[in-house]
Amino acid sequence: MDSVTLRLLSWMGEVVCEPPNNKLDRFVGTLYWKDSRYPLDNEKLLLRGCVLRNTEWCFGMVIFAGPQTKLMQNCGRTAFKRTSIERLMNTLVLWIFGFLLCMGIILAIGNSIWEEKVGKNFRDYLVWEDVLSNSVFSGFLTFWSYIIILNTVVPISLYVSVEVIRLGHSYFINWDRKMYYGQRDMPAEARTTTLNEELGQVEYIFSDKTGTLTQNIMVFNKCSINGKTYGDVYDEFGHKVEISEKTPCVDFSFNPLRDKKFHFYDHSLVEAIKLGDPMVEEFFRLLALCHTVMSEEKNEGELVYQAQSPDEGALVTAARNFGFVFRARTPETITLYEMGKHVTYQLLAILDFNNVRKRMSVIVRNPVGQIKLYSKGADTILFDRLDPTNDDLMYTTSEHLNEFAGEGLRTLALAYKDLDEEYFADWMKRLHIASTTLENREELLASLYEEIEQDMMLLGATAIEDKLQEGVAETIACLTLSSIKIWVLTGDKLETAMNIGYSCNMLRDDMNEVFIITGHTVLEVQQQLRRAKEQILGSGRETANCSKDAEKTEQYRNDSVFEETITSEYALIINGHSLAHALEADLECLLLDTACLCKTVVCCRVTPLQKAQVVELVKKYKRAVTLAIGDGANDVSMIKTAHIGVGISGQEGMQAVLASDYSFAQFRYLQRLLLVHGRWSYYRMCRFLCYFFYKNFAFTLVHFWFGFFCGFSAQTVYDQWFITLFNIVYTSLPVLAMGLFDQDVNEQNSLRQPKLYEPGQLNLLFNKRQFFMCTLQGIYTSCVLFFIPYGAFSNTVRDDGSHIADQQSFAVTIATSLIIVVSVQIGLDTNYWTAVNHFYIWGSLTVYFSILFAMHSDGIFRIFPSHFPFIGTARNSLTQTSVWLVILLTAVICVMPVVAIRFLRTDLYPTLSDKVRHMQQASRKQRPQEQNLKRVRRTSSRRSAYAFSHQEGYGELITSGKNMKAARLFPAPPTGRIPGSSSWIESLLKKRTEMASGAAVGPLNGSAERSKSENTPVQQQHID
Amino acid sequence: MMASSYNAKEEDGHHSVSAASGPSAGPSAKSKKPDNTAFKQQRLPAWQPILTAGTVLPAFFIIGLIFIPIGIGLFVTSNNIREFEVDYTGVDASSPCFTCSQTYSWNSSIPCKCAVSFSLEQPFESNVFMYYGLSNFYQNHRRYVKSRDDSQLNGDKASLRNPSKECEPYRSHDNKPIAPCGAIANSLFNDTLELFYIDPNGTRTQIPLVKKGIAWWTDKHVKFRNPGGNNFNLTVVFQGTTKPVNWRKYVYELDTDPENNGFVNEDFIVWMRTAALPTFRKLYRIIQKKSNMTPTLPRGNYTLDVTYNYPVRSFEGRKRMILSTISWMGGKNPFLGIAYITVGSVCFFLGVVLLIIHHKYGNRNNSADIPN
Repeated sequence: MDSVTLRLLSWMGEVVCEPPNNKLDRFVGTLYWKDSRYPLDNEKLLLRGCVLRNTEWCFGMVIFAGPQTKLMQNCGRTAFKRTSIERLMNTLVLWIFGFLLCMGIILAIGNSIWEEKVGKNFRDYLVWEDVLSNSVFSGFLTFWSYIIILNTVVPISLYVSVEVIRLGHSYFINWDRKMYYGQRDMPAEARTTTLNEELGQVEYIFSDKTGTLTQNIMVFNKCSINGKTYGDVYDEFGHKVEISEKTPCVDFSFNPLRDKKFHFYDHSLVEAIKLGDPMVEEFFRLLALCHTVMSEEKNEGELVYQAQSPDEGALVTAARNFGFVFRARTPETITLYEMGKHVTYQLLAILDFNNVRKRMSVIVRNPVGQIKLYSKGADTILFDRLDPTNDDLMYTTSEHLNEFAGEGLRTLALAYKDLDEEYFADWMKRLHIASTTLENREELLASLYEEIEQDMMLLGATAIEDKLQEGVAETIACLTLSSIKIWVLTGDKLETAMNIGYSCNMLRDDMNEVFIITGHTVLEVQQQLRRAKEQILGSGRETANCSKDAEKTEQYRNDSVFEETITSEYALIINGHSLAHALEADLECLLLDTACLCKTVVCCRVTPLQKAQVVELVKKYKRAVTLAIGDGANDVSMIKTAHIGVGISGQEGMQAVLASDYSFAQFRYLQRLLLVHGRWSYYRMCRFLCYFFYKNFAFTLVHFWFGFFCGFSAQTVYDQWFITLFNIVYTSLPVLAMGLFDQDVNEQNSLRQPKLYEPGQLNLLFNKRQFFMCTLQGIYTSCVLFFIPYGAFSNTVRDDGSHIADQQSFAVTIATSLIIVVSVQIGLDTNYWTAVNHFYIWGSLTVYFSILFAMHSDGIFRIFPSHFPFIGTARNSLTQTSVWLVILLTAVICVMPVVAIRFLRTDLYPTLSDKVRHMQQASRKQRPQEQNLKRVRRTSSRRSAYAFSHQEGYGELITSGKNMKAARLFPAPPTGRIPGSSSWIESLLKKRTEMASGAAVGPLNGSAERSKSENTPVQQQHID
Repeated sequence: MMASSYNAKEEDGHHSVSAASGPSAGPSAKSKKPDNTAFKQQRLPAWQPILTAGTVLPAFFIIGLIFIPIGIGLFVTSNNIREFEVDYTGVDASSPCFTCSQTYSWNSSIPCKCAVSFSLEQPFESNVFMYYGLSNFYQNHRRYVKSRDDSQLNGDKASLRNPSKECEPYRSHDNKPIAPCGAIANSLFNDTLELFYIDPNGTRTQIPLVKKGIAWWTDKHVKFRNPGGNNFNLTVVFQGTTKPVNWRKYVYELDTDPENNGFVNEDFIVWMRTAALPTFRKLYRIIQKKSNMTPTLPRGNYTLDVTYNYPVRSFEGRKRMILSTISWMGGKNPFLGIAYITVGSVCFFLGVVLLIIHHKYGNRNNSADIPN
């Protein structure tokens, strides 16, 4: 191999190709080598992220690397994500700043007037230097002084606190055991700490399918053989038993080559096999023969199947466990290990699958010499080609198929045919001629296939479960109930996507109409979309919902009108080609309108970039929070585009997770992430912000009112130390604890009442109106805080006749009232008093009084006489009954209206959250409530088609033997060298046209160590 | 709807799954499974109060029922306090101090005297507190408030020689540091008030005024101290400093009593405690009750002799003399009582209104219409 590698080093060629672009399905280039030109197209290109299968090594050439690769070109830009609350917060901070300037100007004007009217005459006691005695200049200076004094109204510490709270919420997500996936030891992970509250506002979810909704595992679940179904388990009374983990599996230990991971629960099928029922045997023989799976046997008895689609793998594995083990194949033979003995079949032809035929067949000669055709395919197709004697069986099987489809299983019908030797020889000859013709080859072949696949004998049907991830249907149902719209964007085929749609309950039979948009031109797409829209809205009603300028509230009104009028349910399914047209500027509005009128939207065969475009479309026009969830590299762009990207850390590598904001192992955790963590985060953040703004206004505006009584001289009401410590020490921790721990409704109820999620989507808990309400409350509080002591203290004295109306006592009284009022307020705002909340709230009060007395103590004054001028004030004022009466009065006046309004609101117009809280309180007294688990039952009767994610041409690959490894065809050479590969490159170039999709980039195939071909390898490219 | 069907499963006993089937985690590798602590799982036990009719309405009634009696008590107490106020600014031409107010300025050397007569309709029974009140005097102006040096006033010798910059422009005079420095000290109220009782038969009896005990104990004993303590000869201690510009005496000449002289002079201390509002009163003297038999100030005619030193006319200020008795809640101030009665009534009324609203329209069965 080394020599080969060395020779490769001396290879000189030149590739001229298109510039890097994001088109995954297209590549144009030319290889110049030895004065010849070899065309390169998409068939010869492997994309980044592909995995080499069934091929130990290959040579390739890197065309694009790094950010130039098509996949990375599809990734989209990484934008800095910010939440809507944060944007609102920034706006509000600007407003507050404006408000601050206004206050400064008002007070500055006041100061100018005061200086002119009063201050000028007061010079005997308060001299101004001559330069400064101009009242306008004095006003100017006052303006800046007030900006400095009142700056606490602009919440600088808000940003820090918000970040701390978000960090805490992120940790709660990381720590959640209910989002931990034990099988892969994977906890959920919040990879950013900036988006948590947005999780409570999601309106649209864009989901990938494979690996996200489904496990990408196919399981052979049931079958119908010769009119008898197998797969269901019945108890002794003949009732159907729900299969659970406790149900005993069928014991396959008689079979040394079994796959231990295969489970089957119906014992009667094994009995039938053991009894040697010929139809059952034929059934499994068909499954073992009619496929394009490759087998690999590393050690004796350890078979590994490489299937092009997981469906096929499941069928072959089923046959293997039931005693018809597909062991090895060569281009001409298939070796089975049939019930304990080796049988080799001669493979005569593979009649490959394609989208039109929807079936595949093999023709084999068994050891006895009979020629047999085995066929499997979509029931509708196969039933047309059966021998008329099969009618009865077809009828029963058809019923079984309905039953299987009702359970959301993928079905296939199986049939066989005995062929006449002479007829086959003749047919084979014609086939050979047909396959060598240049014109109409496809059609000729198709008609030949059609001809031989007639009058077949029905064997039965199989039902494969495309295993959804656990709890997917329930999660989707629950998220739908919380008014989240779920769009599935998948690279899969239409049939597969629809099938999954049905099994997730997103598509249902009782839907009024499922619109399928498959137009190939702009016009077709437009027509189809129009028709769909008109049908939904009823003719004549034209609503332009899609406009950027429309305010969100208005949008909502519109939406709700629609929801009222549209009681019926529609679904829209659109494929990639049509989507490309629909996403053009003039159609995107139509697309969005139509899509938003439908309950379910499925986009199939979409490229990664299209996924991102769809997300972008909704983001742009709907002004809604979008969430994208996916697991593969192809979801990266959409994850990056959406407001929130969630990565499923599955089998498809880490790209999605690395680009995501949140990651976990199972789709069903999304429900918990949104309905519990997201909702709480949003709720907490909103409560936190409201309180924070309130607190700062209440604190700061007292200076404003005092300004009118101190000649607008920018004198502070409070002690300097109090101003310094208020936000940091006295009031930060209780509200932080609320922001971290508060819960209005517990997690069970958050999940059980998905409607609780809606306030977040409607942005009800913190918006400009809420902001005004809390600032008004703050202003009101500051007013009360100033004017009650003002009224009570003018002309009053202590109970020993001395001072109480002095500035320092006034300051201490107001400060103490303020601390008590904001503490009571946080107490009212805290719905969930944990020990931490208690500790912080009571602790803050204690700390306030301790610090107050400490700073007003003799000792500290003696040490720093000029820094603590408030010596003795606390002692002298707080021992006065009247001071405490003032504080009590202030607190009651501040809090009373709030309590009254809140009470009235919950009493008269309770929100769902209020109701649930009442219920929660009531039920806490009673019993822990019985979980009300309704299993979402599928009601679909849709019969699934041959939904293999199959590609054509695989059969050809097998018969040509290109993908057969030398190691298995010959006795394995110890080092993996390929014998006789001296002129490998020439021979390879000759063959390159014959190479099917599963080779290497560029035409280079030869021997090399795998590590050398890192960048190119890849066989099966995961579009999805 | 389906709540935690899977959660339950996991909690039940799939703990060892990761060890059994995890591809990467060996049995010895530490599981990344989060700890099952109440804190991490957000299951901390908590008290979850809700505003219900059962808590809010009684609260309102209780507040009402507590506040109204307090208010009445305060109001009655305040009304029982005897207070008499006389304005001696001399704005009107008819006023006895009119001449003084017209002619007087800081610089005149001859004190102007005037006498204001008044009569008390009712006797003052207990100790009487004599205040001077100033209006429109901005003792709370920022530049005024900061114009002092607390170190100096606390007897710090360095500050005595070199007062704080805050005292400008009353920091030094004639190249000598001012003691006490600053605008507050400079504007010390220096009217002298004397009270005479006019017997029905016409004899004037001077009423003894006590000038000690009018300042806070902490101010007198901690915050204000003479340099070198009170025992030194203050004249020596204050050597090298000068008096504030507007003062006529040096600080060590304020009183003959060494306990009440210099920085610890109580009149000075009271003045230095700046008022919060532009209209304020400060305690001037105390009239002690002599015996239980006679009232402190019997009803009858009085004369207030004023040595008019303090000019307020320039800024339209007012000077008052106030006589007042004291209760447990301090001086006369009906505001607090009225406020308590009002708030109490409002609370009670609100309670009634809320009760009616609650009974008529309220959602007593809150959880009835929750979809399940």
